[in-house]
Amino acid sequence: MIRVVLPPHLRALARVKGEVTLDIPKGGPVTRGAVLDALEARYPMLRGTIRDHVTERRRPFLRFFACERDLTHEPPDAALPDAVASGAEPFLVIGAIAGG
Amino acid sequence: MSGVRVLVGTRKGAFILTGDGKRKQWNVSGPHFAGWEIYHMKGSPADPNRLYASQTSGWFGQIIQRSCDGGKTWETPGGGMTKTPDGMPAGESNKFVYDASPETGKPLTTHQWYDGTQHPWEFKRVWHLEPSLTDPDAVYAGVEDAGLFRSSDGGQTWQELPGLRGHGTGPKWQPGAGGMCLHTVLLDPKNAKRMYVAISAAGAFRSDDGGASWKPINQGLHSQYIPDPKAEVGHCVHRIALHRSRPNVLFMQKHWDVMRSDDAGDSWREVSGNLPTDFGFVIDVHAHEPETIYVVPIKSDSEHYVPDGKLRVYRSRKGGNEWEALTKGLPQQDCYVNVLRDAMAVDSLEPCGVYFGTTGGQVYASADAGDNWAPIVRDLPAVLSVEVQTLA
Repeated sequence: MIRVVLPPHLRALARVKGEVTLDIPKGGPVTRGAVLDALEARYPMLRGTIRDHVTERRRPFLRFFACERDLTHEPPDAALPDAVASGAEPFLVIGAIAGG
Repeated sequence: MSGVRVLVGTRKGAFILTGDGKRKQWNVSGPHFAGWEIYHMKGSPADPNRLYASQTSGWFGQIIQRSCDGGKTWETPGGGMTKTPDGMPAGESNKFVYDASPETGKPLTTHQWYDGTQHPWEFKRVWHLEPSLTDPDAVYAGVEDAGLFRSSDGGQTWQELPGLRGHGTGPKWQPGAGGMCLHTVLLDPKNAKRMYVAISAAGAFRSDDGGASWKPINQGLHSQYIPDPKAEVGHCVHRIALHRSRPNVLFMQKHWDVMRSDDAGDSWREVSGNLPTDFGFVIDVHAHEPETIYVVPIKSDSEHYVPDGKLRVYRSRKGGNEWEALTKGLPQQDCYVNVLRDAMAVDSLEPCGVYFGTTGGQVYASADAGDNWAPIVRDLPAVLSVEVQTLA
């Protein structure tokens, strides 16, 4: 089970409260791409809000954190920390602090 | 009993103002989609309970929302949650991808950037949603970077009409300060094949074949920054309006100049007349009088607020040139708001109601065609758009 923390606007859009928990197919690597695939499969309204529909590039004002590390610039197919894969720590999607 | 529903898009959410037939008592609902920019909301003429909203964010991109109950509840069409964690999505929503396919599309070319270089087309947001006049599930979306999309399944999937973006003049189109947006879509109520769009800053275009091909209709427009008086494109058109009984007559608020065409846009003439300034954004037409039009003059392109601290709507009952200031109930001192291009609308009650929203968060209504005004609400976030539905 993977734990994902979304920014408030995306929680409202997906109509969830608190953390989202996701199952990643067994045997597959726990990567950012796999987590976002599972997130978007369960919550299709989030497609395009975190990464581009077509290119799957991260939207510029969003960043990814876990285990007190900034994972934003890690490749999407890089393995996430073991603590995220085990569910001990959440994967955080953070909106940039900007704007009025 | 008749009534009206005013759909207000703001910088921080959507609001729905519901009034009785006298337009004196109002109920305010919102904010819907709190914290998001709502560029536009509009109801289907074929089913007043069907509403569409453009919800957008610099962080999270573009969302399309749909209501089937007049705005009480909303859904992301095709993007609802799947029933099981392992379920595949029922469909995709909110996906706007320019059609660059060799079969039906046009190559993704470039347009002019602020510094004069060429810049690739990139989707940013939906500025305007125009539901079909006859089919609640059909709706057009005018987007930035300028393009026109259509959905025929209630907003679930969107297909570009690439003949517009692919028009040969595309490399000469350029963004205004707000971006290169397609902000106006007008459907001809007497000719299902004819439609008009306007783009800042490319100009106005007309299609006579349901959106497959487009013709620039900018002859007669003059812009200080365009030396060629016959330039086909490049004009910063802010808004176009028409009256349903006479769709060949168009009224335009350009960056500067209020214009009129009596031949479906083939030629334009200036009708600014005695306006205190002919810069502005909105223009609209009285619901029952095709020659009665409204504008809100703005001081200048470098000072986007009303002149002299006075909020004045100007009305012409002669289709332009001769204008009268409408001030009763509007602030006449220390007022420095703007009225953006999609922020004026009329109802079709008798007498005609006129509505507009300001960047100061006020929504004003007149139940007597502009003679007297009163605020429905005073303290919303900056208003981006106002649409009105007349309810039976």
